[in-house]
Amino acid sequence: MSVSYENSKVVFQGIKDAGITSLSALPETWLGLLLQQAERDPDVRLIQVAREEEAIGIAAGAYFAGERHVLLMQNHGLLAAINGIVSLALLYGIPLCMLVALRGHWGEPYPWHTRGGIVTEPVLRALGIPFEYARNPHDVGRQIREAYTFSQSSLSPVALLLTRELMEEAL
Amino acid sequence: MVTRAECIAMLYPELHDKPVVTIMGACAQELYDLGHRDNFFYLQHAMGLASSIGLGLAMHLPHEQIVVLDGDGSVLMNLGTLATLARYRPRNLVHVIFDNGSLLSTGGFDSHTTSGITNLAAIARGAGIEHVAAVDSVVDFGEAAIDAFGRNDLSVIVAKVSAVGPNHYGMDLQLPENGFRFKRWIAGRKAAEVQ
Repeated sequence: MSVSYENSKVVFQGIKDAGITSLSALPETWLGLLLQQAERDPDVRLIQVAREEEAIGIAAGAYFAGERHVLLMQNHGLLAAINGIVSLALLYGIPLCMLVALRGHWGEPYPWHTRGGIVTEPVLRALGIPFEYARNPHDVGRQIREAYTFSQSSLSPVALLLTRELMEEAL
Repeated sequence: MVTRAECIAMLYPELHDKPVVTIMGACAQELYDLGHRDNFFYLQHAMGLASSIGLGLAMHLPHEQIVVLDGDGSVLMNLGTLATLARYRPRNLVHVIFDNGSLLSTGGFDSHTTSGITNLAAIARGAGIEHVAAVDSVVDFGEAAIDAFGRNDLSVIVAKVSAVGPNHYGMDLQLPENGFRFKRWIAGRKAAEVQ
């Protein structure tokens, strides 16, 4: 199974079209092609972190600085970042626009991803984080734009879950 | 041994025109008690992320000098931040780590830096940060701070301080209010820059 080059381009273009100028990320397989494009783009600043919780702080700094920033991470990274999401973003009313690779869900062949995939949606619900699934390249650009807008108006973290259907090549 | 409050009091006159991020508890309170300003952001939870906020500010506000007032307990919760700082090396960030060897705000348990077991300055250097000062007196702290503010490069100061804090806690400031006013202060500076 390989990552969709075409759809990675579409997602990155969606980020660009949303006026985003700054990204934080921890690279993972589904995000790899997308992040390669970000690295090559002179109009986008990419900040790689050692652990995803750092990106919550960096995103808060970018927000205070008035920069349009999105976070890219795997869902296991979202799980690793929860205290930052709760005790920085939710506590202070700081928007986060998180694009999350939803590993370990329908069609997942790798056992190690499955528990994280199974708990992602209930964890988001428990945290009160609004989320949507991105499944289709025709809609994902609009979904990114709307996720960003909603994060800013609600002063809240929001998550757009990037699904297998979107991120992997169809068989 | 020097106290953190003495060091913060020494820095205070330099902080009136700089975005400052502090960690929770004693460090935040000691700065607040010197006189709150809208350019001070107190991270009253989310331990470890003050330096990450500082990095996000520094990378997106190249014309501001950013100051982070951190602690050993917080840095130990997010050691990866030192490597991320080293990698991006923002020239406008001064990262002060007050090392009291103690989780003072939660009852004074020893941290891993007690008795010289873990050396945070060595970790910062090993992470790839070039300018790291390790100090344990007021005079040395003052010199390290002058060097850091004048250097125009990422600077870390690890200051060994005694494990004492304020005798009271409390701020007339709601947490989101602190964030909103901090953001407005930065926006105002950016607007003035443009003019």
